[in-house]
Amino acid sequence: MRLNDEERAMLAGEQGEPRRWAISHQVGVGEFFDAADLVPVSQAHIMADTESLGEAGIGFLETLSGAPEAQRRVRVPTLTDPRGLDFSVYKRLGQSEAMAVLEARAIAALKAFGVLMTDTCINYQTIMPAVRGDHVAYGDTGVVIYSNSVFGARSNFEGGPSALAAGLTGRTPRYGYHLDKRRRATRRFRLGTGPRDLSEWGALGGIVGRACGSYWEVPLIEGIETVPGSDVLKHFGAALASYGSVALFHMPGITAEAATADAAIEATHIGRAEIDAFVAAYAQPGDKVDVVVFAAPQLSLVEMQEVADALGGRQVHPQTTLLVATSPEIKHAADRMGLTARMEAAGAVVAAGICFYQSYAGELAAANGWRRLLTNSAKLVNIIGGYGYKPSLASLERCIEAAVAGKMV
Amino acid sequence: MPILLHCHPGVGPEVTGEALVARDNFSARYDLDRKAGIFSRPSHALAGHSYNGRILVLDQAKGGVATAWMLHEMKARNIVPLALIFNRVNPILAQGAAFGNVTMVDRFDGDVTALFRTGDRLRIDPAAGTVEILNRDSA
Repeated sequence: MRLNDEERAMLAGEQGEPRRWAISHQVGVGEFFDAADLVPVSQAHIMADTESLGEAGIGFLETLSGAPEAQRRVRVPTLTDPRGLDFSVYKRLGQSEAMAVLEARAIAALKAFGVLMTDTCINYQTIMPAVRGDHVAYGDTGVVIYSNSVFGARSNFEGGPSALAAGLTGRTPRYGYHLDKRRRATRRFRLGTGPRDLSEWGALGGIVGRACGSYWEVPLIEGIETVPGSDVLKHFGAALASYGSVALFHMPGITAEAATADAAIEATHIGRAEIDAFVAAYAQPGDKVDVVVFAAPQLSLVEMQEVADALGGRQVHPQTTLLVATSPEIKHAADRMGLTARMEAAGAVVAAGICFYQSYAGELAAANGWRRLLTNSAKLVNIIGGYGYKPSLASLERCIEAAVAGKMV
Repeated sequence: MPILLHCHPGVGPEVTGEALVARDNFSARYDLDRKAGIFSRPSHALAGHSYNGRILVLDQAKGGVATAWMLHEMKARNIVPLALIFNRVNPILAQGAAFGNVTMVDRFDGDVTALFRTGDRLRIDPAAGTVEILNRDSA
């Protein structure tokens, strides 16, 4: 890889151990992907929940953040993805004191780097959206795919260590979606039906994702008759990234790039039957619902209002937990506007700064006896099975009706 | 002569060990019980199999950025695959293997899930970009 004088100085350790580690990691990853050089980034976004960090990862952060302040401060605004635990609700959810101790240690280490503790996977709705051509180093696959596709930003999936490295050096290796040649559509899909709600848009993302099945595929979706809103594209993109490891999609006339489809690529039809079959595949035997989850991605203020309105003053069934996860910014807004109070009065747990699946989901299942899970997030039904849950996908309204009844209705 | 296969230069140290092969994908967060060291996602082709100390040979890396931290954490507890071989990885796995110093290679001529068989004894040299199948003869 080609390095300039400053980058070589970092690599030689002249700017301290954190930047030496960071650029050395970046050169290793960059060479693996044949990157020619490093590209400056305007923001970084770190996935660093304690479940995935573990003691080893927290120890790593603590050691690195022990360097003198001038050596450890990040050089570009660096945000955090959702955390493992919300200190205001963890006891109610049955999370342990040991988890809270790990969380506090990780937060202290990240703050020492000058990281902004945004604890969100919807920073593109709430903090600072990227702009077209903006090179960024985002963690969280949902943030990357939304920013790349809707805004025309340029990011690869940056795991926690790589996003921290990007914050420390202000750069990232120039490979993958930083390059023009990678951003052209490689697959084409034609939509023959309109998804009816967020869960079905997520199902569509899941169908396209399964068909692509690779980080290096770029799907283009035609036949969308009305412009989807931000929450729709959020759920669609998050599911597409989750099922397919996909980081960029195009919708001609809607997203930032690819105004037209390449006629040489044959289109795959997706209709009502495909969406219905996708949802039906998650149907589970038995009526009882243990936990209803609205998360993955965290809820926008608009979704918070939709949940509060759908509850309509009714009580969540005593044998069922209703969990709502949003970002700290949206939680503050929802508090101020009375939405949190309405949901909590119904018996819901409203958590901020977590996203459920990054919050020791396996331990939560064991502590609360949860198995049957209902959600409107296709991303969540895809990923939560490995933690021992039996997940099903339904619209927000059906999820709320089930939470109130304690069973599928 | 053992069979010698070439790939793109990878990351991590040179290792020798036994292959566990499946035509499926990989995510450390969603497919594994990392405490027990087994594949836990019921729909995974290797569900119930132990991965500890094995060379995993799988098709692709799936979504989920957590794997970038998790290989490092798994290695610290010593319940970790010896190495990873894929047809094509995503950045997360490359970053995670580089961070955790876990051996990983990809980009072969041909499908790795057909080139390698469960039980094969493999020597991986990531710097050179080569994998030898020690128990099979090239002749």
